[in-house]
Amino acid sequence: MRTIITIAGKEFRDGLRNRWVLAITVVLAVLAVGIAYFGAAASGGLGFTSLATTIVSLATLAVVLIPLIALLLAYDAIVGEQESGTLLLLLTYPLSRSTLLLGKFLGHGLILGVAITLGFGIAGVVIAVGAENVNLYQLAVSMVRLIVSSLLLGWVFIAMAYLISVSVAEKARAAGLALIVWFIFVLVFDLALLALLVGSQQGGDWLPYLLLLNPTDCFRLINLTGLEAAQAFSGLTSIARNSAFQPGWLMLILLVWIVVPLSLALLRFRRHSL
Amino acid sequence: MKPVICFDQVSKYYGKMASLKDINLTIQAGEVLALLGHNGAGKTTAMKLILGLIAPTRGSIRVFDAAPHGVAADRLRRQVGFLPENVHFYDQLSGLEVLDYLARLKGINRQQVSSLIEQVGLGSAANRRVKTYSKGMRQRLGLAQALLGKPKLMLLDEATTGLDPAATRDFYSTINNLRQQGCTVLLSSHILSGIEPYLDRALILGQGHCLALGNLDQLRQQTNLPLTVRVTGSSHVSQLIATGPPTESCSQEANVWNLAINPADKMALLRHLSNSSEVTNIELLPPGLEQIYHHYSANPLTTEVS
Repeated sequence: MRTIITIAGKEFRDGLRNRWVLAITVVLAVLAVGIAYFGAAASGGLGFTSLATTIVSLATLAVVLIPLIALLLAYDAIVGEQESGTLLLLLTYPLSRSTLLLGKFLGHGLILGVAITLGFGIAGVVIAVGAENVNLYQLAVSMVRLIVSSLLLGWVFIAMAYLISVSVAEKARAAGLALIVWFIFVLVFDLALLALLVGSQQGGDWLPYLLLLNPTDCFRLINLTGLEAAQAFSGLTSIARNSAFQPGWLMLILLVWIVVPLSLALLRFRRHSL
Repeated sequence: MKPVICFDQVSKYYGKMASLKDINLTIQAGEVLALLGHNGAGKTTAMKLILGLIAPTRGSIRVFDAAPHGVAADRLRRQVGFLPENVHFYDQLSGLEVLDYLARLKGINRQQVSSLIEQVGLGSAANRRVKTYSKGMRQRLGLAQALLGKPKLMLLDEATTGLDPAATRDFYSTINNLRQQGCTVLLSSHILSGIEPYLDRALILGQGHCLALGNLDQLRQQTNLPLTVRVTGSSHVSQLIATGPPTESCSQEANVWNLAINPADKMALLRHLSNSSEVTNIELLPPGLEQIYHHYSANPLTTEVS
C-alpha cells in the first residue's frame, strides 16, 4: 500500500509539474463559463439562460473533452516507461506489476479529479454569482452530479488508456489507438446507433439498452435524466426513458466501465513479456 | 558456502529462437564476473533470468538459494542492484528526486540518497533536472540507483558504453570497492579494454551458447594464443632471432622487434635472447582479454565447449 501511494504521489507531482492539472482546470473552467455566458447566443442574446440549457451544454463539452484529456494523460503510462527503460528497472524493484499500475491509476485519477473538480467548481461558482434567477439548490445538485459523473467518465478512459498502454510496444502506436478509441466512443458509436434507430421502425425496445455499451452515453444520461427541462435537448439519449436509466444505476455502470478495462490491463500487464 | 548464483542447464527460448542454451554457471560470493559477447549473444537474457524478470524455458536458476522468479522475488530484489542498458530517467525530475523516488520504492532509508549522489560524483548537479544531464551523468545516476540499499549482488548491463574515460575509471573503481566489500558483481560489456584488472572470471557467450568460462589464465591456456615478445637491441638481433626457436610472426620497427610465439616456446626463446649482449630489453605481452574474446567469437562453432 505504501508503494502504491509513493507511485501515485510521483505521478501526481509530475502532473503538477508539467502543468497538466493547471491546463485541464483552466480549459474546463474557461469553456464552462463561456458556455454558460453565451448560452443564449442562439436566440440572439447574451447571458445565462436556463439551468437546463447550461447543464446540457456543459455535459456535451465534458463528453468530448474529458475522454480526450484522460486518454492523452494516461496513454503512455506503461509504454512510455518501457521506451525509456525505466519499466525494466522498476520491475527489478521489490514491487509487483499490479502495484505499479494501480499506483499510476491512483495518481492519474487524482490529477483528473482535482482538475475537474476545480474547473467545473469554478464555473459553478461563477454561474451562481453572476447569473440572475437561478435556483441555487438545483444548480448545486446539477454541478455535483456533473462533477462526479465527469470524474467517473475520466477514470473510465484512463483505464482504457492503460489497456492500450500495456498492449503495444511503441508510444506512437498507443497514441494512435487512444485517438481511435476516443473517436469510436465519442462519435462513431452514436452515429451507428442513430442509423440502427432509423433502420428499425418497429420494435426496437432493446435499442436504448445499447446506450449502456458506451460510457459517454451513460454519462450523458446521468446528467440529462436528472433534469425534466432538459428532455427537449437530450437528442439521441431521449430514447432512454426507463427506470434502468436512473443516475444511480448509470453511475454503477460507469464503475463497471472502470473496473473491466482496468482488470484487463492488469491481466495483460502481468503476462507482458520483457 | 552456498554460491550466490547457480545456473543448472538453463535454456531460454523466445518462440523457437534460443536466446540461451544449456548454460551451467556457478558464481561465488564476492566474485566479479564479466559476461562477454556480441549483441544478441544472450548477456541481457542471462541478467533478466537472474533478476527473475523472465523464467527459464528449461533448467533451473538459484539466486541466494531461491528461485528468482518465484515467491522469494521481493526478498531477493532488496539485495540486488541493477543498472540496465539505455535507461532514461524521468526527465522532469531532478537527480535527487529520481533517486529519492527509487529509494522509497525499494523501501530504503532515504538518508542514503544524498550520500550516494555525492559518492557517484553528482553532488553539484543533484538539484538539476535529469533532462540537462549528459550521458555520463545519467549513467552515474543509474549507478547510484543500483547502489541503493547496499546490494549483495550487482548486475551492470553495458554500463560503460558511451562513457568518457574519467567516468569509466570512476566506474571501475566503484566495482573494485564493491568487490572489496564482498559484493558479487556481474557485468556485461563489449568494451574490453581496461576491464581486465577488475575481473575474476569471464563468461564468453555466442548466440546463446557458452563459448568459454574461466579466469584470464585459464582462458589463455585454452586458446593457446601466441604470446608477443618485444625485443629491443642492436641490428644483430635479427640474426639472433633467426637462429632461435620458431616464431609465428616477426615484425621490426627501428630497433624494436615484435615476435609472436607459441607460449610453450617462451622460456626457450628467453634463454636464447638473454645470453646475448646485443639485446637491451625484453618485454612480454600475454594475449589480452580482447584477443581472447576475438578468438572465441570469431569461430564460435569450432571452439564451443559445453
